Amino acid sequence: MTSKRTLSMDNHKQNKKLRGRGSGLESEYYSIPDTVCDVNTLSSLIRKKNVRVVDVRKEEEYIREHIPGAVSLPLAKILEKESPERCIELIQDIGVNEDLPVVTYDDTFGALAARVAWTFQYIGHQHSSILEVTFAQWKSMGFRTEKKLNSYKWQPHPLKINQSIYADLAYVEKASSNKVLIDSRERLNFLSEHIPEAVNLPYTMLRADGKVLSKSDDIRRLLQNRGIHENLELVTYCGSVGTLSGLVYYGLRLAGLKNVRLYARSFKEWKALGKPKAEFKDANYWDLSAE
Amino acid sequence: MKTRKDASRSHQRHVPKPRPNPRWGKEEETSIFAEKVKLFRTGKLSEDEFRRFRLQHGAYGSRLQMDYSMVRIKVPGGEILPIQLEKLASLSEAFSIGSAHVSTRQNIQLHWVQLEDVSEVMRGLVEVGLTSREACGNTVRNVMCSHLAGVCPDEEFDSTPYSKAIARFFLRNPMCQNLPRKFKINFACCEKHGLVRIADIGLVPMTKDGSRGFRIYLGGGLGAASFIGHLLEEFTSEGKLLATCMAVIRLFDRNGNRENMARNRMRYLVNEMGWEKFQKMALKERSIVMMTTAHSTESMFNLTAEEDDQYLPKENRNGNKLRMYRELDSSNTSAYERWVHSNVIAQKQAGYYTVFVTLGAGDLTANQLRVLAGIIHELSMEGAARTTPQQNFAIRYVNGNDLSEFHNRLASVGLSNPGALTITSAVGCSGTTSCNLAITNSHRLAKEIQYKFLELGLDTDDMLIDSTIKISGCPNSCGQHEIATIGFFGGASRIGSVMAPTYTMMFGGSAGESGELGRVIMRVPAKRVIDTVLKIIEIYRMEHVEGETLRHWVDKVLKGEAIGTVHDIEDIKGALAAVVQLPPVDQNPESYQDYGSDTRFTAKTARGECAA
Ligand code: HEM
Ligand code: SF4
Repeated sequence: MTSKRTLSMDNHKQNKKLRGRGSGLESEYYSIPDTVCDVNTLSSLIRKKNVRVVDVRKEEEYIREHIPGAVSLPLAKILEKESPERCIELIQDIGVNEDLPVVTYDDTFGALAARVAWTFQYIGHQHSSILEVTFAQWKSMGFRTEKKLNSYKWQPHPLKINQSIYADLAYVEKASSNKVLIDSRERLNFLSEHIPEAVNLPYTMLRADGKVLSKSDDIRRLLQNRGIHENLELVTYCGSVGTLSGLVYYGLRLAGLKNVRLYARSFKEWKALGKPKAEFKDANYWDLSAE
Repeated sequence: MKTRKDASRSHQRHVPKPRPNPRWGKEEETSIFAEKVKLFRTGKLSEDEFRRFRLQHGAYGSRLQMDYSMVRIKVPGGEILPIQLEKLASLSEAFSIGSAHVSTRQNIQLHWVQLEDVSEVMRGLVEVGLTSREACGNTVRNVMCSHLAGVCPDEEFDSTPYSKAIARFFLRNPMCQNLPRKFKINFACCEKHGLVRIADIGLVPMTKDGSRGFRIYLGGGLGAASFIGHLLEEFTSEGKLLATCMAVIRLFDRNGNRENMARNRMRYLVNEMGWEKFQKMALKERSIVMMTTAHSTESMFNLTAEEDDQYLPKENRNGNKLRMYRELDSSNTSAYERWVHSNVIAQKQAGYYTVFVTLGAGDLTANQLRVLAGIIHELSMEGAARTTPQQNFAIRYVNGNDLSEFHNRLASVGLSNPGALTITSAVGCSGTTSCNLAITNSHRLAKEIQYKFLELGLDTDDMLIDSTIKISGCPNSCGQHEIATIGFFGGASRIGSVMAPTYTMMFGGSAGESGELGRVIMRVPAKRVIDTVLKIIEIYRMEHVEGETLRHWVDKVLKGEAIGTVHDIEDIKGALAAVVQLPPVDQNPESYQDYGSDTRFTAKTARGECAA
């Protein structure tokens, strides 16, 4: 444990030198990334075989080409019958124990990767982060890829549910003056309908050119403008299964907010159960879209 | 079939140097804005004070939802750079609705931006040299310039640098931070193009005895009551340009009406005073300005700083002569030919062309903005685009050999619609999509018209080509309906026992130096507008004399000089009486609803902020 820390501390320094700034690896975090992993850190973790890279795209995409050493674990497989017990089996099957850092990636602007990484955190894996770029961007930056199919020996992993990052319907409905619901969908969807009192923080707002998330300082400034601060309980949700809101969850964590939860069943469940919605019908805003 | 590589080798494509950052924006204004929002939200700044501040910085309140803003980004002279379009793409995705909108005064607008995020939009704008400062409020608004200035075959000289130098002089200038009302300055290229008669100051470049100057029109403007501007004097030399503008603004600032919001544009002052008196006062004020203006003030009007045409070619020796496809055989025309026919015109620089990019009521997506930026960067020798008052883009200095590649690249993102320069490219203000004062969904109606007319191939009919359709969602004229051949403004009427969205139709408006305002013909229910225009075209086609375009025919009807069964206004009303009828509401309830809505129509409005 100690030796591993020192080792990745070195990586961190080296990255700082290389890139001039740490991106996901802010000093307040473990040197092992637990929110966003930058490309250089990932390369060196791969070189040192000290990481499990998880490709959450469709299996055929993985088979075509992937990041060296990556295993395939499509998001769909996690969602199939999502239970903590099942997820523990899945993480054990890709050879991840409690100490091995996991980095997930996708080709869907980080949203699928975020949902998988969050799931690992939820079942008790601490060092679960998303790659700062998509697979396409990784490739276009000139980093290596491979076709070899990887599998790893089963490893034991305890199940320690982390309730502090999870929100279910009851939690969302429970009255609290300190709780802020964050709708992560795009503006037009939000205007049409949302959970009453929710605020809109579209996932598109937290990304940067060429990165799935902006720098933490930039996100912090946006949140400050919005009056979103440390002492609030934040709950992110989106339209279906917690992907866009998973990304926003990671964006908020990256900005240093500690009390963030994901309402994984999101607005889909809320609507299906006929819960009240806030709607805005006094303007034809959809007609402004050129889609 | 030539590949891209071949094409570029055959005429040595030369990608222009990126232009310098034009620095319209100011970094410190972004954090000041964020601070003011906080003060307002915590009750430390009154609503009125905050509104004034917000409008001064280019953020309008959105329709019945004051937590959101429309951010109006100034595009001085209409000139916009590829990196700016790319930035707008990112900003629209991050903070707006993923689309941006080109306005009728060459601005670009981002809608439904949360008030708390406006400062972030401003921060992004500053990075690429843009600003929203004084795009709204009682200030000098975006200074317009004909999108053909610099390439127009009929112009005396390029007015673009003048428009930008005037814009820069007045931006943040203490003398126009608190005018009685908004103030609009429009430059033309020639007497045909440009909106000089509907501005507070409209300017047409001209030369006299070899020296440069302008014909300057004052006191025009559209709105609930519109006026055509008056000619100040036969020739205003370029040396007097700044002093004239300063004098007029000072006069307005001193004498304008600050009480009655509905009558405080300068055109009302001119009208109440009488033109002769106003003219005298303006000339007198100018001599005072010229005597009292410090040299250092004058030097802030810096023409050479705004001239960036030094690298532009005078002609294109390698350029081919383009067949302009004037007469299209629509049964046998490729999409490309159809597009060239209605979207491409030859410049005064031989071998170069100006290409118009057709938008729908001025809207385009972030992705389209990005692709467009790439096209401009690679295929325009000027390395810039112009926004047009028809809510399209004009991209100039395109080599004839590159047109088909240009078209293909537009097609790859759904931007290759033809008809930009024809009646099909209908203009529509924001209407109920975002405007507090809107009664009808003028924006959607403009898109519906375009869609239908392109489907019918009306862009290929040269007899319709010089006609325009412009639509506003209320009488305020933001859609410039009064200068359209056929214009519409929205209202609500009781039809039978039911309220329905309707439009007042006007005929015979026009732009340019001899621009005229349209005249009211009749009311048309929203859902009958398309059929009504089609009926007008049908009558025109049957009754016009040889060689007479729709526009000429409409003018004749207005004068009572048309020769067919429809002779004058009363006749056209009679001929349209049937087509404007709605079926009974129980048979067809949709026809009583507005476009984009599936519920009963009600007219809902709130405070407009047009004169806060
Ligand atoms: C009584 C209030 C208003 C009046 C009298 C008014 C009048 C006008 C006029 C006459 C024009 C335009 C054309 C021209 O001068 O060339 C214009 C432009 C425009 N107005 Fe308004 N307007 C009012 C309020 C609003 C509001 C509330 C909105 C929506 C938030 C709005 C949106 C626009 C837009 C989008 C343009 C396009 C041109 C530009 O970029 O300036 N207007 N307005
Ligand atoms: S014309 Fe009326 S509806 Fe249209 S933008 Fe102007 S104020 Fe709004």
